[in-house]
Amino acid sequence: MPDADEIRRRIEAAIPNSEAVVQDYTGGGDHFQATVTSPAFAGRSRIEQHRMVYEVFGEEIGGPIHALSLKTQTETRRS
Amino acid sequence: MSTPPAEPDNEIRSAIAQAIADHRVLLFMKGTPEQPACGFSARTVAALQALDAPFAAIDVLPDPRIRQELSALSNWPTIPQLFVGGELIGGCDIVMEMYESGELAPTLGVPEDSNASASASPEPASATGQPGAVAPLGIENRLA
Repeated sequence: MPDADEIRRRIEAAIPNSEAVVQDYTGGGDHFQATVTSPAFAGRSRIEQHRMVYEVFGEEIGGPIHALSLKTQTETRRS
Repeated sequence: MSTPPAEPDNEIRSAIAQAIADHRVLLFMKGTPEQPACGFSARTVAALQALDAPFAAIDVLPDPRIRQELSALSNWPTIPQLFVGGELIGGCDIVMEMYESGELAPTLGVPEDSNASASASPEPASATGQPGAVAPLGIENRLA
Protein backbone atom coordinates (compact mmCIF):
# COMPACT_ATOMS: atom_id res chain seq x y z
CA MET A 1 0.00 0.00 0.00
CA PRO A 2 1.47 3.37 -1.01
CA ASP A 3 2.25 5.90 1.68
CA ALA A 4 2.10 9.68 1.44
CA ASP A 5 5.76 9.94 0.52
CA GLU A 6 5.49 7.40 -2.28
CA ILE A 7 2.45 9.23 -3.66
CA ARG A 8 4.39 12.48 -3.58
CA ARG A 9 7.35 10.94 -5.39
CA ARG A 10 5.20 9.34 -8.06
CA ILE A 11 3.31 12.58 -8.78
CA GLU A 12 6.52 14.57 -8.97
CA ALA A 13 8.09 11.96 -11.26
CA ALA A 14 5.12 11.90 -13.62
CA ILE A 15 4.15 15.57 -13.92
CA PRO A 16 6.80 17.90 -15.32
CA ASN A 17 8.34 20.34 -12.85
CA SER A 18 5.74 19.53 -10.27
CA GLU A 19 5.86 19.90 -6.56
CA ALA A 20 3.47 17.84 -4.48
CA VAL A 21 2.55 18.10 -0.84
CA VAL A 22 0.80 14.92 0.26
CA GLN A 23 -0.87 14.20 3.55
CA ASP A 24 -2.36 11.04 4.90
CA TYR A 25 -5.81 12.49 5.50
CA THR A 26 -7.03 10.12 8.17
CA GLY A 27 -3.83 8.42 9.26
CA GLY A 28 -5.30 5.20 7.95
CA GLY A 29 -3.04 5.00 4.90
CA ASP A 30 -5.78 5.05 2.29
CA HIS A 31 -7.22 8.59 2.28
CA PHE A 32 -4.75 11.12 0.98
CA GLN A 33 -4.81 14.83 0.33
CA ALA A 34 -2.43 16.24 -2.26
CA THR A 35 -1.66 19.79 -3.32
CA VAL A 36 0.16 19.70 -6.64
CA THR A 37 1.84 22.68 -8.22
CA SER A 38 3.08 22.50 -11.79
CA PRO A 39 3.41 24.86 -14.74
CA ALA A 40 2.16 21.89 -16.80
CA PHE A 41 -1.35 22.66 -15.51
CA ALA A 42 -1.41 26.03 -17.24
CA GLY A 43 -4.20 26.44 -19.76
CA ARG A 44 -6.01 23.32 -18.58
CA SER A 45 -9.35 23.15 -16.81
CA ARG A 46 -9.55 21.90 -13.23
CA ILE A 47 -11.02 18.67 -14.52
CA GLU A 48 -8.04 18.14 -16.82
CA GLN A 49 -5.56 19.08 -14.11
CA HIS A 50 -7.05 16.58 -11.69
CA ARG A 51 -7.19 13.91 -14.39
CA MET A 52 -3.44 14.35 -14.97
CA VAL A 53 -2.82 13.51 -11.32
CA TYR A 54 -5.35 10.69 -11.15
CA GLU A 55 -3.78 9.12 -14.24
CA VAL A 56 -0.54 8.67 -12.34
CA PHE A 57 -2.31 6.07 -10.21
CA GLY A 58 -4.80 4.52 -12.62
CA GLU A 59 -6.72 1.67 -11.09
CA GLU A 60 -5.16 2.24 -7.68
CA ILE A 61 -7.62 5.10 -7.15
CA GLY A 62 -10.65 3.54 -5.56
CA GLY A 63 -8.55 0.47 -4.80
CA PRO A 64 -5.57 0.64 -2.44
CA ILE A 65 -5.82 4.42 -2.56
CA HIS A 66 -9.42 4.75 -1.43
CA ALA A 67 -9.45 8.50 -1.87
CA LEU A 68 -7.05 11.08 -3.19
CA SER A 69 -8.32 14.57 -2.52
CA LEU A 70 -6.70 17.07 -4.87
CA LYS A 71 -5.87 20.69 -5.14
CA THR A 72 -3.95 21.72 -8.22
CA GLN A 73 -2.31 25.04 -9.04
CA THR A 74 0.04 26.42 -11.63
CA GLU A 75 2.04 28.88 -9.60
CA THR A 76 5.04 27.59 -7.77
CA ARG A 77 5.23 28.88 -4.26
CA ARG A 78 8.69 29.43 -2.99
CA SER A 79 9.33 29.76 0.68
CA MET B 1 -18.36 3.17 -34.23
CA SER B 2 -20.40 0.01 -34.35
CA THR B 3 -20.99 -1.73 -31.07
CA PRO B 4 -21.84 -5.37 -30.50
CA PRO B 5 -25.48 -5.92 -29.55
CA ALA B 6 -26.52 -5.12 -26.00
CA GLU B 7 -24.10 -6.46 -23.47
CA PRO B 8 -25.53 -5.91 -20.01
CA ASP B 9 -22.79 -3.45 -19.05
CA ASN B 10 -23.41 -1.39 -22.14
CA GLU B 11 -27.01 -1.18 -21.09
CA ILE B 12 -25.91 0.25 -17.79
CA ARG B 13 -23.71 2.70 -19.58
CA SER B 14 -26.48 3.88 -21.87
CA ALA B 15 -28.81 4.26 -18.89
CA ILE B 16 -26.18 6.42 -17.22
CA ALA B 17 -25.69 8.50 -20.37
CA GLN B 18 -29.45 8.91 -20.65
CA ALA B 19 -29.74 10.04 -17.03
CA ILE B 20 -26.97 12.59 -17.60
CA ALA B 21 -28.79 13.89 -20.66
CA ASP B 22 -32.16 14.00 -18.88
CA HIS B 23 -31.16 15.94 -15.75
CA ARG B 24 -29.66 19.38 -15.90
CA VAL B 25 -27.97 18.98 -12.52
CA LEU B 26 -27.16 15.38 -11.67
CA LEU B 27 -25.03 14.06 -8.85
CA PHE B 28 -23.68 10.52 -8.79
CA MET B 29 -22.95 9.76 -5.17
CA LYS B 30 -22.56 7.09 -2.53
CA GLY B 31 -25.86 6.90 -0.68
CA THR B 32 -28.67 9.40 -1.04
CA PRO B 33 -28.88 13.16 -0.38
CA GLU B 34 -30.81 12.31 2.79
CA GLN B 35 -28.33 9.63 3.84
CA PRO B 36 -24.93 10.06 2.20
CA ALA B 37 -22.71 7.02 2.70
CA CYS B 38 -19.39 8.81 2.30
CA GLY B 39 -17.98 12.09 3.56
CA PHE B 40 -17.07 13.32 0.08
CA SER B 41 -20.60 12.73 -1.18
CA ALA B 42 -21.99 14.39 1.96
CA ARG B 43 -19.88 17.51 1.44
CA THR B 44 -20.89 17.80 -2.19
CA VAL B 45 -24.59 17.46 -1.33
CA ALA B 46 -24.14 20.07 1.39
CA ALA B 47 -22.66 22.55 -1.10
CA LEU B 48 -25.58 22.07 -3.49
CA GLN B 49 -28.08 22.40 -0.68
CA ALA B 50 -26.37 25.52 0.69
CA LEU B 51 -27.11 27.17 -2.66
CA ASP B 52 -30.67 25.82 -2.71
CA ALA B 53 -29.78 24.23 -6.03
CA PRO B 54 -32.28 21.71 -7.32
CA PHE B 55 -30.53 18.51 -8.31
CA ALA B 56 -31.16 14.90 -9.07
CA ALA B 57 -29.02 12.21 -7.48
CA ILE B 58 -28.10 8.65 -8.29
CA ASP B 59 -26.72 6.24 -5.73
CA VAL B 60 -23.85 4.21 -7.22
CA LEU B 61 -23.70 1.72 -4.37
CA PRO B 62 -26.50 -0.71 -5.32
CA ASP B 63 -24.34 -2.24 -8.07
CA PRO B 64 -20.55 -1.87 -8.52
CA ARG B 65 -21.02 -1.82 -12.28
CA ILE B 66 -22.75 1.58 -12.06
CA ARG B 67 -19.54 3.07 -10.76
CA GLN B 68 -17.39 1.15 -13.25
CA GLU B 69 -19.44 2.24 -16.22
CA LEU B 70 -19.79 5.80 -14.98
CA SER B 71 -16.03 6.15 -14.57
CA ALA B 72 -15.42 4.62 -17.99
CA LEU B 73 -17.88 7.08 -19.48
CA SER B 74 -16.66 10.18 -17.67
CA ASN B 75 -12.95 9.34 -17.48
CA TRP B 76 -13.07 10.24 -13.81
CA PRO B 77 -12.09 7.67 -11.20
CA THR B 78 -13.85 8.78 -8.04
CA ILE B 79 -17.32 9.36 -6.63
CA PRO B 80 -19.08 11.80 -6.28
CA GLN B 81 -19.36 13.21 -9.79
CA LEU B 82 -21.42 16.29 -10.54
CA PHE B 83 -22.82 16.83 -14.03
CA VAL B 84 -24.39 20.08 -15.17
CA GLY B 85 -25.95 20.33 -18.59
CA GLY B 86 -24.50 16.98 -19.55
CA GLU B 87 -20.94 17.93 -18.65
CA LEU B 88 -18.78 16.68 -15.83
CA ILE B 89 -18.06 19.57 -13.47
CA GLY B 90 -15.94 17.58 -11.07
CA GLY B 91 -15.81 15.63 -7.86
CA CYS B 92 -15.93 16.82 -4.27
CA ASP B 93 -12.68 18.82 -4.44
CA ILE B 94 -13.64 20.82 -7.51
CA VAL B 95 -17.22 21.40 -6.36
CA MET B 96 -15.98 22.65 -2.98
CA GLU B 97 -13.37 24.86 -4.62
CA MET B 98 -16.02 26.33 -6.90
CA TYR B 99 -18.39 26.78 -3.98
CA GLU B 100 -15.78 28.65 -2.00
CA SER B 101 -14.77 30.83 -4.95
CA GLY B 102 -18.38 31.65 -5.81
CA GLU B 103 -18.22 29.91 -9.20
CA LEU B 104 -20.60 27.14 -8.30
CA ALA B 105 -23.83 29.17 -8.15
CA PRO B 106 -23.52 30.63 -11.67
CA THR B 107 -22.52 27.20 -12.99
CA LEU B 108 -25.67 25.75 -11.48
CA GLY B 109 -27.75 28.74 -12.54
CA VAL B 110 -28.87 29.67 -9.03
CA PRO B 111 -28.53 32.92 -7.07
CA GLU B 112 -25.28 33.19 -5.14
CA ASP B 113 -26.91 34.33 -1.94
CA SER B 114 -27.75 31.12 -0.12
CA ASN B 115 -30.45 33.00 1.83
CA ALA B 116 -32.21 34.10 -1.31
CA SER B 117 -35.64 32.65 -1.84
CA ALA B 118 -35.56 29.39 -3.73
CA SER B 119 -37.65 30.71 -6.55
CA ALA B 120 -35.09 30.56 -9.32
CA SER B 121 -34.74 27.78 -11.86
CA PRO B 122 -37.57 25.58 -10.76
CA GLU B 123 -37.11 22.00 -11.83
CA PRO B 124 -40.09 19.72 -11.41
CA ALA B 125 -39.77 16.99 -8.82
CA SER B 126 -36.24 17.98 -7.96
CA ALA B 127 -36.66 20.05 -4.83
CA THR B 128 -33.57 19.59 -2.72
CA GLY B 129 -33.86 17.38 0.29
CA GLN B 130 -37.22 15.94 -0.54
CA PRO B 131 -37.86 12.33 -1.43
CA GLY B 132 -38.66 13.33 -5.01
CA ALA B 133 -35.09 14.56 -5.47
CA VAL B 134 -33.76 11.14 -6.33
CA ALA B 135 -33.79 10.49 -10.04
CA PRO B 136 -35.73 7.45 -11.08
CA LEU B 137 -32.79 5.83 -12.86
CA GLY B 138 -33.94 2.47 -14.13
CA ILE B 139 -30.56 0.84 -13.64
CA GLU B 140 -31.55 -1.47 -10.86
CA ASN B 141 -34.61 -2.65 -12.77
CA ARG B 142 -32.57 -3.33 -15.86
CA LEU B 143 -30.33 -5.64 -13.95
CA ALA B 144 -33.13 -7.78 -12.67
